[in-house]
Amino acid sequence: MWRRQQGRFRPVGCGVEELRRCRREREAALRKARREQQLVSKRLLRDSALEEAEGVAAILGEAEIQQFLRLAQQGTEGKQREKALVHLRRGLQHLETQQTFIRLEGSMRTLIGLLTSNQALLQLEAARCLHELSHSEQPAVAEACLPATSYLLTYLSGHSSDFIELCLYTLGNLIVESEAVRRQLLPQGIVPALAACIQSPHMAVLEALGYALSQLLQANEAPEKIIPSILGSAIPRHVLRLLQPGPKLSPGVAVEFAWCLHYIICSQVNNALLITHGALSTLGLLLLDLAAAVQRTEDAGLELLACPVLRCLSNLLTEAAVEAVGGQIRFGDERVVAALFILLQFFLQKQPSLLPEGLWLLNNLTANSPSFCTSLLSLDLIEPLLQLLPVSNVVSVLVLTVLCNVAEKGPAYCQRLWPGPLLLSLLDTLAFSDTEVVGQSLELLQLLFLYQPEAAQAFLQQSGLQALERHEEEAQLQHRVRALRETALHG
Amino acid sequence: MLLPSALRTRLAEGPGEAEPLPVVRHPAAGAAPFRFAARRGRFSREHEFFEDGDVQRHLYLRDVLTQVAEAPERPRVPEFTCQVAGCCQVFDALASYEHHYHVLHSNVCSFCKRAFPSGHLLDSHILEWHDARFQILAERQDMYQCLVEGCEEKFKTSQDRKEHMVKRHLYPADFRFDKPKKSRGPAAPGATMPVSAKAPAGHGEQSEGDAMEVCSDGHVAPSPVPAGESSATPGLPGRRAYSHRIPATVCFGQGASRGFKSTKKRSKHH
Repeated sequence: MWRRQQGRFRPVGCGVEELRRCRREREAALRKARREQQLVSKRLLRDSALEEAEGVAAILGEAEIQQFLRLAQQGTEGKQREKALVHLRRGLQHLETQQTFIRLEGSMRTLIGLLTSNQALLQLEAARCLHELSHSEQPAVAEACLPATSYLLTYLSGHSSDFIELCLYTLGNLIVESEAVRRQLLPQGIVPALAACIQSPHMAVLEALGYALSQLLQANEAPEKIIPSILGSAIPRHVLRLLQPGPKLSPGVAVEFAWCLHYIICSQVNNALLITHGALSTLGLLLLDLAAAVQRTEDAGLELLACPVLRCLSNLLTEAAVEAVGGQIRFGDERVVAALFILLQFFLQKQPSLLPEGLWLLNNLTANSPSFCTSLLSLDLIEPLLQLLPVSNVVSVLVLTVLCNVAEKGPAYCQRLWPGPLLLSLLDTLAFSDTEVVGQSLELLQLLFLYQPEAAQAFLQQSGLQALERHEEEAQLQHRVRALRETALHG
Repeated sequence: MLLPSALRTRLAEGPGEAEPLPVVRHPAAGAAPFRFAARRGRFSREHEFFEDGDVQRHLYLRDVLTQVAEAPERPRVPEFTCQVAGCCQVFDALASYEHHYHVLHSNVCSFCKRAFPSGHLLDSHILEWHDARFQILAERQDMYQCLVEGCEEKFKTSQDRKEHMVKRHLYPADFRFDKPKKSRGPAAPGATMPVSAKAPAGHGEQSEGDAMEVCSDGHVAPSPVPAGESSATPGLPGRRAYSHRIPATVCFGQGASRGFKSTKKRSKHH
């Protein structure tokens, strides 16, 4: 189930090294885009097997486009008409053809006419043409597809799953194009249409729907203009249903809907509603399922699903409504902590950039929960936690924060923290140059000295004072350094 | 990162909470100059904290990363023919057959053979075009329901409905599944479908040749020119005119009766 597969979407003809370089470059570009609040991506659905068979496509000129359209519309033989559209579709892979197409008068009208005709194969090819246009990097090209949206939405309540899948990916691409597009799609009834379509049993359709929905939810105006009506529909219940772990859980589908849930939750519109629908329980079970999957398989892209699940849980835990929750996962169930550590280990190996997100969840679990803090101790997880300290400053601060969560609960907890490797680790972190790391180390030391006075003695014996004195001049730290020195020396 | 072996065992066991150790706090804990307070944190959408994960997500969308989804099975099968009476389209893949079937044979009106993209539109069509009771009721109450999924509004006339769909739902004025019903020719026998002065609107006039699909074995193939396209269709003018003017009582031997009809009837092939 969790196998990495050669996707349908994979660009043809890229070697492994090429892919890695591609990826590094694109990563940099995406970071930049996100900082500018311009992070927008589209999906292209192409049959790679078909593409290989068809060979390289040529750019089409005005006359050729007109000819193909005429043939498709008025040809006498079915096969001939279909072939004309295939030629057009292939030409539309090129930006130049796309631009020529939209400049031609009546071209979109004709294409829509073919899209809504009763010739099944023409319809499908016309939809593929539209899909290529929707994926265009030029806004003008994608926006030229607007007259087709009412039909795309209408077809969502049809029955041909291949066709619906195509319509959904096309819609998803158009949605993300601009607010103007969404301002048309919302009154056209995209939310009810999706709410009806999400009941489809076809996995490919559901994955496409999840994609389109995630695009809608990512919009800047979503918290005010879109999410309220989504929350008012049957969609959230279906999303949670589709995230239930079990033999029917499809990874591709789950990834899309987990991201949908993340965008809804982090918009803070009405998370209490999601909690009453059982979101915490579902997400908790999914976390357990992920940890189990991690243990079984080597490399499966699980981090793509783990990331949004962690975010959703962490954010939901900050809601007041959490306290009232029962359900299959009682929020105290220590399997959640066990699962989280298995995922942390997995991240360390495969995706260290996700460690902060995992530790954020651990913080939210342990902050107000004596039970979870006890679990950390009884499951012997302190030492593994300490092993994460060298990874990065951000990770260090989070690890130390979690340890503070445990220590601040009092002597019974600190007794389990020392003696042990903790003190040595703290002496190490005191040598860091990052002020925040050192600051958090000082906080932890204060708690430790307060509740476990013997620790102060051991600290002194290990040249702790010298470690402290290094930071005496630092404005952010000096008061705390002095206070600790006092405590250590005079009790 | 070395995890205790008991952890995996714990995961496999049943649910359970740890019995919490007693919590006893000292007032000096976290007191100035110290500042620690255990608290849950949340991050908003645009927060920098989410940058790495978001970038990974978008790389996935753009397919720089391999997919986790399973490649769908598209088995090829030995050639077979569509089993619907009068259709002899041949297929060698289930997916294309499925699409063909749904476009042409499901959601087909058994009265006039027009095909619709969805059951919802088919139901509306049958109600508005083929149910005489509808016309009668429409004189007294708002019967024309908005065609947009999820909208419950009803209107007195199809024109009013169209205006609503254009204004409120930003639908195109020439939406193909809401075309006005053309009059059925001079001798509309039985007068069970009263033709009012204002051309009664129905919807669903599909491209020509929808129900007249002929075997693709060289015989005359229909040319489904999208209704609304003004270009003259070369080659098959006669056929087009023919499908427009079939009197309502002619049913190609299908035995459909006129008059009060249950609206449940649809896509039955006799």
